[in-house]
Amino acid sequence: MELLDVSLLGWSRAQFAMTAMYHWLFVPLTLGLGIIMSVMETLYVKTGKEEWKKATKFWMTLFGVNFAIGVATGIILEFEFGTNWSNYSWFVGDIFGAPLAIEGIMAFFMEATFISIMFFGWNKVSKKFHLASTWLTILGATLSALWILVANAWMQYPIGMEFNPDMTRNEMIDFWSILLSPVAINKFLHSVFSGWVLGALFVIGVSAWFLLKKRDTDFALRSMKVGAIFGVIATALIIWTGDSSAYHVSQKQPMKLAVMEGLYEGKTNADLLAFGVLNPDKKAYNDTIDPFLMKMPVPIPGMLSFLGYRDFNAFVPGIKDIIEGGYETPKGTALPFTEKRTRGKAAIQALADYQKAMAAKDTTSAATYKAVLKENYPYFGYGYLENPEELIPNIPMVFYSFHFMVGLGMYFLALFIVVLFFVYRKNIEKQKWLLWISLLTIPLGYVAGELGWVVTEVGRQPWAIQDVLPVQAAISNISSESVKLTFFLFLILFTALLVAEVRIMLKQIKKGPEAD
Amino acid sequence: MITYSFLQHYWWFIISLLGGILTFLLFVQGGQSMLFSLSKTEDERRLLVNVLGRKWEYTFTTLVTFGGGLFASFPLFYSTSFSGAYWVWMAILFCFTLQAVSYEFQSKPGNVYGKRTYQSFLFINGLLGTILIGAAIATFFTGSDFIVNKGNITSTFQPVISSWGNEWHGLEALLNLRNWMLGLAVFFLARTQASLFFINRLSHEALEKRSRKYVLYNAVPFLVFFLTFLIWTLLSEGFAVDPQTGVVSLEKYKYFTNLIEMPVILVLFLLGIVSVLWGIIGTLLSEKFKKGIWFSGAGTIVTVCCLLLIAGYNNTSFYPSSTNLQSSLTIFNSSSSEFTLNAMSIVSLMIPFVAGYIFYAWRALEKKRTDIEDVNNDHHAY
Ligand code: HDD
Ligand code: HEM
Ligand code: HEM
Repeated sequence: MELLDVSLLGWSRAQFAMTAMYHWLFVPLTLGLGIIMSVMETLYVKTGKEEWKKATKFWMTLFGVNFAIGVATGIILEFEFGTNWSNYSWFVGDIFGAPLAIEGIMAFFMEATFISIMFFGWNKVSKKFHLASTWLTILGATLSALWILVANAWMQYPIGMEFNPDMTRNEMIDFWSILLSPVAINKFLHSVFSGWVLGALFVIGVSAWFLLKKRDTDFALRSMKVGAIFGVIATALIIWTGDSSAYHVSQKQPMKLAVMEGLYEGKTNADLLAFGVLNPDKKAYNDTIDPFLMKMPVPIPGMLSFLGYRDFNAFVPGIKDIIEGGYETPKGTALPFTEKRTRGKAAIQALADYQKAMAAKDTTSAATYKAVLKENYPYFGYGYLENPEELIPNIPMVFYSFHFMVGLGMYFLALFIVVLFFVYRKNIEKQKWLLWISLLTIPLGYVAGELGWVVTEVGRQPWAIQDVLPVQAAISNISSESVKLTFFLFLILFTALLVAEVRIMLKQIKKGPEAD
Repeated sequence: MITYSFLQHYWWFIISLLGGILTFLLFVQGGQSMLFSLSKTEDERRLLVNVLGRKWEYTFTTLVTFGGGLFASFPLFYSTSFSGAYWVWMAILFCFTLQAVSYEFQSKPGNVYGKRTYQSFLFINGLLGTILIGAAIATFFTGSDFIVNKGNITSTFQPVISSWGNEWHGLEALLNLRNWMLGLAVFFLARTQASLFFINRLSHEALEKRSRKYVLYNAVPFLVFFLTFLIWTLLSEGFAVDPQTGVVSLEKYKYFTNLIEMPVILVLFLLGIVSVLWGIIGTLLSEKFKKGIWFSGAGTIVTVCCLLLIAGYNNTSFYPSSTNLQSSLTIFNSSSSEFTLNAMSIVSLMIPFVAGYIFYAWRALEKKRTDIEDVNNDHHAY
């Protein structure tokens, strides 16, 4: 399924992807820079040194500019579930709506309230109260990340719910299993840490620019140090949670894992690829063409099996296995796609029959249909699919995105370690090459985070809710022309605002920490 | 006993309360719509922008929470209305997006489009945001053109549950005069309250004087439009639900009957209106009276809350379909499950706590009235 299809589904997906990816340009910097400036203000309150206050205020101004546009892009997403995914909003809204509402009540108000003290309260409230407000602002931002990621994790791994055929929807039966789902916790950590990584990259990159310009050296060295220490920690955390992400993906979304690795035929003791080039001639999942033109495994054999199943000898199913079934899983032998489709169609038919019987007050047949529905419900979404190919997400997009993200993660770790090394040697200002690298790495931080979402979301296709609801059954009944129009309106608006934001940021950076 | 029905009523109350708070906080939009007319100099405009700029986040966040709250408690409304009245909601979102960057960006060097453009964005948000939200709320009483059929999900070709009856996707609401009445009432109310807010917050003689005039200029049209909407609605047919069968039918004087049958709401409703008038008239009568915003604000919250309550309580459809009566949404057929409402109710116990710290923070920042000196000395001023 290509992204820019002229159909309604295509435009709806394109619009969601575009607005979400814009939103994600700003969110990670809010999360990362927020922590860094809070740490700096803490240092100011502890040591009483004006230099720390100046540094805090400098980063805070950039934070404010970035925050505003993050808010502007966020409100669209919040309502887009209703405007563009209305079927979805009813079908799973009983579960999905709750985290969004909690996010508003718990997190957004916290951000909105304390950010005004943070910005306007310097001379109006005590030092300690101000510091608390700064921390509460970033705590609020991080909490908002928590709730939206709980919601997103639930789409990838739906639990804690039961289908109610009278209401034609899924209903929540266990709040805690949704909140504490291992996928949700891991997703929260991985995404927030990705923000921290970006924040650290941003701070060392901008500081490097000051050092290259030989301006505000004291400020830049201070910031560099905080940024590098924070960066090493954040990258270590992101690699750790990235590894658990992959583990959860293999357990819960094996197709996504197979696509991430370009694995067509399942293997025991499967190798992890460090990199590879896909063969564009491979047309079908079951032809005999080699999927790779070139590939380079990680030197540890069986690493993919270990990553996915914590066992070097485990069997990792490939795309073909998942479609054809027949391999063993902890839950029994895997079913082929055709069988899942049959059961899905049976479930959908049983639902229709059940509702007809209920309308006719024929409770005995209704009970029979209900039992059929219940038995087949785990495959409900397959009933909307026809061909096995529909089950396969866009392979090149997911494959390359995944490998670039992981590669960038490794590279960031190395960079932060080297920077930290020279910070401790106290001669980083002399390492021109390193300063340039640090500056030029800032955009890569953004790239890594966006690629992460591409892996997650494109890899989730065709599902809006894994196994339960495919995207084509999730949409709203509007004309594709309307969605196309709003797509371009938002594209133009966001781009115009982005241009302004980037220019304001550059001007503010040029003004430096001394300008007040 | 906490029954399912109790929870549904409780959540309709929360939504109504949020609607009331949102309407009050729209004074920020009202103020934005007067940025150019109320100020005579750059300095004055800057002052207005800055006092509003410390409050806009609350309005914005309340709108977001209103959306999230509706999603969690009445998902069928969320999916039907937002997808159906697509263009109205998109226009609202669009103008709030403009607002969100405008405060922060307008005075920063390098902002590309210039201060004036961002202030015009604020104006657009002030104009469209209030009128469209008002008109959208009016459709709770006048009805919309949609069909809901949950059984559609079993049709694998066209599985969408809610569909809108026309290609205007919500813009047709603007053909209905009664919707305009409420839209304009909200607009002028927001401007009235903004004037009261300026009187309360500013230490600036000329602006205060002008604001007092503006209270009068805006309160009169507000009252005309609001009373027209109110009387028209109370005398119109309403969308009644048979509690036994769930069948929806048109009933004469339904909203009036609701007020009479729920005397507590009637009393609160009248008290709310009196409080709004008190805030306005008190300000007009006495130069010393600067607390008008508190009276009219509290009154607005209560009045709007009651208005929404009579749209949803007492076996009424709060989101009626005028084309297909039986598709109309009620607090019973559109709500979340009992489990979810219960869980969300526990979360809602945090609202007083949130309100508490907002109040505290508001106080901490606003020990004295703002003047142009404060703005010029503030490192983060807009
Ligand atoms: C991991 C974090 C994260 C993710 C995945 C998302 N957001 Fe976000 N959102 C934030 C983290 C965040 C934040 C850091 O808290 C923001 C960014 C800037 C800001 O003001 O707060 C924010 C702002 C923000 C706002 C404005 C809040 C306000 O009034 O202050 C809304 C309505 C949303 N978001 C809604 C969404 C929706 C519906 C998403 C689903 C696609 C989403 N966000 C993804
Ligand atoms: C903010 C970061 C996010 C980014 C960058 C992102 C990216 C994407 C992309 C690229 C798509 C299109 C996939 C395709 O059509 O192939 C998409 C679709 C979608 N995403 Fe996300 N996503 C983000 C966050 C979320 C979150 C947090 C949620 C849920 C709360 C979510 C829910 C959806 C939905 C409902 C769709 C549309 C249906 C679909 O195509 O599956 N996304 N997103
Ligand atoms: C270095 C090792 C890394 C590994 C092994 C890794 C692994 C993963 C995996 C498997 C996913 C998909 C999760 C899912 O589909 O549910 C993912 C998502 C994501 N990654 Fe990474 N990643 C790494 C580094 C990074 C870096 C450096 C960044 C950004 C700075 C990043 C940002 C993201 C984001 C934003 C997502 C989407 C949110 C989520 O689903 O958790 N990752 N990562």
